[in-house]
Parts: sequence; C-alpha cells; structure tokens
Amino acid sequence: MATAREVSDRAARRDVRDRWLLSAPALIVIFFAAIGPLFVMLAYSFMAKGDYGDVKFGQFSLDGWFSVFLQRDIFDDTITLADAHLSIFWRSVRLSVITTVLTIALGFPTAYFIATRPRHTREIWVFLVTIPFWTNLLIRTFAMQEVIRNEGILNTLLIRLGIIAQPLQIMYTDAAILFGMVYVYLPLMVLPLYASMEKLDFRLVEAGYDLYAGRLQVLRRVIFPLVKPGVIAGSILVFIPSLGAYVIPRVLGGGKNMMLGNLIEMQFGAGRNWPLGAAISITLMAIVMVALLFYVRNTARSGAGHG
Amino acid sequence: MTWKVKAATAVIAMMALAGPAAAEGELNIYNWGDYTSPELIKKFEDTYKVKVTITDYDSNDTALAKVRAGGHGFDIVVPSANYVPIWIKEGLLLEARPDQMENFKNVDERWVNVPWDEGRHYTVPWQWGLSGIGVNSKVYGGDINTSAIFLDPPAELVGKINVEPEMTDVLFATIKYFGGEWCTDDKELLKKVRDKLLEAKPKWLAMDYSVTEKLPAGDYSAVYYWNGAIMRSRLKNPDIKFGYPKEGYPLFMDSVAILKDAKNVDNAKLFMNFIMDPENAALISSFAKYANGIKGSQQFMPADMQTAPELVIPAEFEKAGQFLLACPPEVADLYARIWTDISK
Repeated sequence: MATAREVSDRAARRDVRDRWLLSAPALIVIFFAAIGPLFVMLAYSFMAKGDYGDVKFGQFSLDGWFSVFLQRDIFDDTITLADAHLSIFWRSVRLSVITTVLTIALGFPTAYFIATRPRHTREIWVFLVTIPFWTNLLIRTFAMQEVIRNEGILNTLLIRLGIIAQPLQIMYTDAAILFGMVYVYLPLMVLPLYASMEKLDFRLVEAGYDLYAGRLQVLRRVIFPLVKPGVIAGSILVFIPSLGAYVIPRVLGGGKNMMLGNLIEMQFGAGRNWPLGAAISITLMAIVMVALLFYVRNTARSGAGHG
Repeated sequence: MTWKVKAATAVIAMMALAGPAAAEGELNIYNWGDYTSPELIKKFEDTYKVKVTITDYDSNDTALAKVRAGGHGFDIVVPSANYVPIWIKEGLLLEARPDQMENFKNVDERWVNVPWDEGRHYTVPWQWGLSGIGVNSKVYGGDINTSAIFLDPPAELVGKINVEPEMTDVLFATIKYFGGEWCTDDKELLKKVRDKLLEAKPKWLAMDYSVTEKLPAGDYSAVYYWNGAIMRSRLKNPDIKFGYPKEGYPLFMDSVAILKDAKNVDNAKLFMNFIMDPENAALISSFAKYANGIKGSQQFMPADMQTAPELVIPAEFEKAGQFLLACPPEVADLYARIWTDISK
C-alpha cells in the first residue's frame, strides 16, 4: 500500500509532467521559430563566404566577424577600424536615440492630454492615435516622401507663402529619416505612456500643488517618477525598431544614408557577404540586449523605490 | 453508368483538359523594375491565354541571391550580360535552345555570338543600352558629355545629383575617367578611383532608382543613369538633355532566360519565341525606351525613337562605349571592397 508520501510524490511528478506536456507546443515553437534560426545565423557568421552569395558549408572562417569592426586596407593591407561599418552603427544608434527623445517630447504631452480628458472621451482619443496603424508602413513612408520632397506639399506651401525662395532639401538627409521615424513610431510611445498615466492618481498632483510645488516641480518630482515605467516601456518600443529600421532609411534616405537594417540587407544582396551580414545581425541583437538589460534594471529599481 | 464508362469519361475529360493545358496556365516573370511593357504582357496573355505575373528586382545580385535561395516560383529571369555566365555556371538556367526557335531568325547577327552566351543556347535579347548623363539644362548649361558631371560636379549641380547604385557601371566610369582599363588591378589607379568617389559622393543627393519620376519633377537636376530612363524623363520634361561620357561609358544588354526549376517551361518558351517577333520586340522598346536586338522592330516603334539623342549614339562617342564582362575573382573582390568603402 502506498503511503501518503508516495501518493503525493506521484501527484507532484504527474503535475510536473503535465506542465511540460502542456507547454511543449509553445516550447517547440520558441525553439524552432526563435532560437533555431539564431543558431543558423551564428553558424553562418563563422563560415567562409561563397563567391556569389551564400556560404561555403563547413569552412570555418572568422572573416565575417573580423570585418564587422576591422578592415584590411585595400591598398596597403594595414588593419584599421572599419569606419564604414562603425559610422553606420553610430548613425543608427544616434538616430534611434534622437527618435526616442523626440517621441517622448511629443508623446508625453499627448498622453497627458488624453489621460486628463473625461473618462468617456479618452477612448476616442486613444482610437485616434491608433488610426495610422491601419495603413501599411511602406505606404505611410511614401506619403511622407510626398510631403517633404522638393516639389512636395511642405516646400510648395512654404514657397507659396513666401517664407522660403528655394525648396528645402529635406529628402535624402538624416533629417528625412528622423522625420519618418518619429512620425511612424510616435504611437508606440503614446500608448504605453497613456497606460501608465491613466493609472496616475491626480490627487497626488493636487497634493503637490498644496505643498507649494511649482508646475515644473510637480512634473519632475510627482508625475514623472510615477509614469517612469511607461516612459521606459515606450522608449524600448521605439528604440528597438528604430535601430533595425529598413524601409524608412531606404525610401527617405535615398540609398546613400544607410542604417544597420540596410547594411545587413546589402550584405545578403549586392555585397554577397552572408557571413558578414550574419555577424552584423548578431551584433545588432547584442545592442538590443544591452538596451533591454538596462530597461530591466531600471524598472526593477523604480519598482523597489515606489513599492 | 458502369465503372468502366465512368473511368473512360474521366480519362477523356482529363485528356481534353490536358491538351490546351500546355498553352494555358501561368507564367511568372522576374524582371528589373519599371522595365516590362504592360502592352506586351497583355498581348501575350490574350494570345496564349496565360496568366502572367511580374515581380521586380533592383539589381543583378538581388535576383541571383533570391533565385539561388530557392522556392522563388519564377519561370523567367532577365540578367545582364556580365551576370549571364554566373547564372549558367551556377546551374540556374535551363538550356532552352532559343537558337532553334521559329523566330530566332529575327535576332540581329550582332547579338547572336555574344561572349556571355555563344550562339544563344540559353538566352534571348531583351533590351540593350548604356549608362549616360542626364542633366536639366535649366540648371546647368555647360558641357555634359563627360563623367565630370558626377565625379567633379559643377557648382550648380552639387547636391542635386542621383547616381545609379550599380557597382560595375560607376566603377567603370571612374576607372575610365582616370584613363584605366576595365578589370585593371593597378592599385595606384584604383586608389585614385576610390578617393575620387569618396570625394564626389557627398556632392550627390542620392543613389536611387525612380529617376523617371524624380528627374522630370526637379527632385534631381543631374543623373548618371541608364539612357532609356533619361529619355522617358525628357519626354516628360523637354529641359532634360542627354550626354555621352567621352572618357568611357558602359553598355549593357539584358537577356531573357528560363530558370532550370521553372514550373511553366512551355509557357516560358512560348514567351521567348514571342519576344523575338519584331512587332512584339518593338512593344518592349516603346515602353522602356531602350533598343532591342531584333531586326525590323524599328518600323513598329514610335518615330521619335529613331532619332532620339539617347538611343542614336553619335559617331564621335561610339568608341567610348564598352561591354563590361565579369572580372577575375581577385579583381572582382577588390572592386567589391572599394564599393563597400564608398557605400558607408
């Protein structure tokens, strides 16, 4: 006869087994759809490049990783930092950071505005914010091109109004990429900001005023700490896709101002250097991981501080 | 009905369906963007009751990479001359023997024994042309028969130039600008080439396609681009003038080939034969404004194409044009590295 202990052991074991079985489909999907391809990328990044794209299977080579950061001079074979790649990395990070800052600057007042409307009208405002998602990203980007090109809406308007004599060259500059990214990613900032502001207890704001805090002080010492998780979540949602942006720099940057997404695409296309493309992709992921770690640590700290 | 009658009916029905099925069905063409005449496709669809689907690519390497990866579903591809040998060597093309097809007699002798496909066992001429200079004469009125327009741009054009993002064509023009030969591995000369391009690139506005919209609209004031697109721009805006770089300019020919793993081989062969008909070849050229390789097609083209400055190469510039063949791997590798250096 089984003792009570044995029975409970068996039940526990069955419980464990059932949990594994139940989560098996998810685990299989995660392994094959997420981790598997990553290993393929990792393996490719350590192989020799094929003559016309692809890789030479089984031929180990560090060339891909070597050329992510370093380059051998074409003419005198000296090894220097790969300034071509580094300047693209730098442009991507710089533009993504500026995009994030600008979306916070625009998104914060927007979210605050929505959160302070009467409850029944808030849904309408949130709904309005999501309308751009109804249109495909590519089409929105081309629409943006129509706005900022030399003969476009913005320049024609400014010339008609007599503000400028010559059209402003916005297309094909970093400013154009920035313009496009801020426009496209703004809702991704507004929504999480709104989510945390909606929970904000506005009596605390009133309390702040009662304690003789100025407007700026209330914003800095009361509102901002309380909605910080929203700011960080929004920043992550904006920063990560900005870093890997492909369509926006392709269309608005004119093929001259590359970002990481374009550099990776080039290696798998015209560059015919798949190992390098794989190595850059993994480097991009590493940057994202660092950003995420930063996020996790920050939210953990703010969570501890505000209970 | 007994099972025998049923079976017989089924067999007959299948045979009845199978007969025209060889000519009916689908054809998937993988071609350069903005390059395929819709009229030609409509005519082919109506003649053979075939549904044609066209997919665009923007560079030889993109097309090669995608087809090599497999699972593409394309039947026909249109690679450039210097890439055809790669496609053949990689075993991607079907030896369709267009030289034995009915309409092959129409192919101009000049385009039969070509170095990239001797005797035309794989490919049929689609269009040929060159990369030249297009300038808006309202913006700049000086000499435009030179690569200096984009390599040492005059002040009026700085920041308004678009250069085709095609490595071989840009490098060729620059190598020629310094008096070198294609496939040279003279490092001193190539250093000058690289430094010149690095110096010139900040003066360019873009390296992009869609010239046929942006040159006439004034978004670009000068381009180094393919002649047909510049002609199409001129038809929209008469201020656009065409120049032949006297230092040297690249000629190209794109040829139609059938992929080895094509699913609709019969329709693809019908299409090959179809485009060797002068009247149909004329449709190709009338749309994209490049010359084709089919004798007698001129008479079916619009009159303005016979005299177009973009298509009729003046005698003095004829010698400067050259077909670019693939360079030896070590030179090609050198060129690719120079290109990456420039593309940052």
